[in-house]
Amino acid sequence: MDRYRILIVEDSPTMRQLLVFALKRLKGADIVEAQDGMDGLRKVTSDHFDLALVDINMPVMDGLKLISLIRDEDNLCEMPIVVITTEGAKEDRERALALGANEYLTKPIQANKVLSVAKGLLKIG
Amino acid sequence: MSDADGKALFDRKDEVLSLFRRGAEFMKEVVAENERLRNGLNQVRTRQNEAAQVDTEWEKLRVELLERIHGLETEKQDVLERLRAVEEENRQFANRYVEVEEENNNLANLYVASYQLHSTLDLSEVLKIIIEIVINLVGAEVFAVYVLDESSRSLEPVACEGEELSAFPHVSLGSGIVGHSVESGETACAEVTHSGDLAKPIVCIPLRVEDRPIGAIAITSLLAQKEGFTPLDHELFTLLAGHAATAIFAAQLHSQSERKLNTIQGFIDLLTK
Repeated sequence: MDRYRILIVEDSPTMRQLLVFALKRLKGADIVEAQDGMDGLRKVTSDHFDLALVDINMPVMDGLKLISLIRDEDNLCEMPIVVITTEGAKEDRERALALGANEYLTKPIQANKVLSVAKGLLKIG
Repeated sequence: MSDADGKALFDRKDEVLSLFRRGAEFMKEVVAENERLRNGLNQVRTRQNEAAQVDTEWEKLRVELLERIHGLETEKQDVLERLRAVEEENRQFANRYVEVEEENNNLANLYVASYQLHSTLDLSEVLKIIIEIVINLVGAEVFAVYVLDESSRSLEPVACEGEELSAFPHVSLGSGIVGHSVESGETACAEVTHSGDLAKPIVCIPLRVEDRPIGAIAITSLLAQKEGFTPLDHELFTLLAGHAATAIFAAQLHSQSERKLNTIQGFIDLLTK
């Protein structure tokens, strides 16, 4: 069975639990949680991940900064990143995608939407 | 030519020979099959010729073939009907699957909300969790959580999002949308996504423990991408009305008991020293 390592970077425990709930339905998913951008950066640079879900508004380091730092790393520039945020404006979406995010989902999110986006990026049929 | 080259050449010769042998066997099989089919065809032709010469035989063959055609037509209709029934069943299963998926998602949201609400006895943590739920699961942009002050019978804003806490009005129990909703215990919900007046929220969820009013959640506007309320939102309102109230009430009781315990402990320490 294929195994997928997924990192959730989100400051809200409620959202983290909801995302874990959604992604647990992926067979072989190994989910790691980070509570802010800095924690996320530490985890993503010290371990291998196949996908990262990143919130934008977070304490210590925000999601946009985290995405740009991830994309600066040679070995992480290919890792798919999904932004999950309350910011629904077009310019916020464009900024995140320009920094290197692969998908942009706005809250409130539906678990099955997250699951289908994750499956698409992980190339699970 | 070296010995090794000679051996390789010898091996190649064997390979070619074996290939030819396999080809010959295959040819034999093809010829035999051809012969069998020829015989079959001849038998059919003979039968047709015989039938063509004798009228009764011809008629018998015709009836036989017509019956066979009729039988096959009926069989085809049955199969088509069964196919249609299976397709219909598949459609129903697909619809049911979508419904179950949606229900599953909704239950996940409700489970997470209730789990988080009862995960702490610290009032500030409970309020933080309520804020998180209303932002992330409902999709509200501007809202406040009110708690009832028992002595003054007024609702005080204690936590909020999207505006300064001081901007939210203090509300007397029974007055305005918030006061009336808390007093009556009924959720007020307008079919709009935004209200410019913090005193006139679009949604007011009364927080009550049994018949005892605890406070309210008043939503003034939704996130730009949120176009309206879904059935799940109404389920969340119901859940918040009960569980957020219980969580706040439990945290208040816990805080009071902690204070009383400290006071009593202080007295005991004074008496025993």
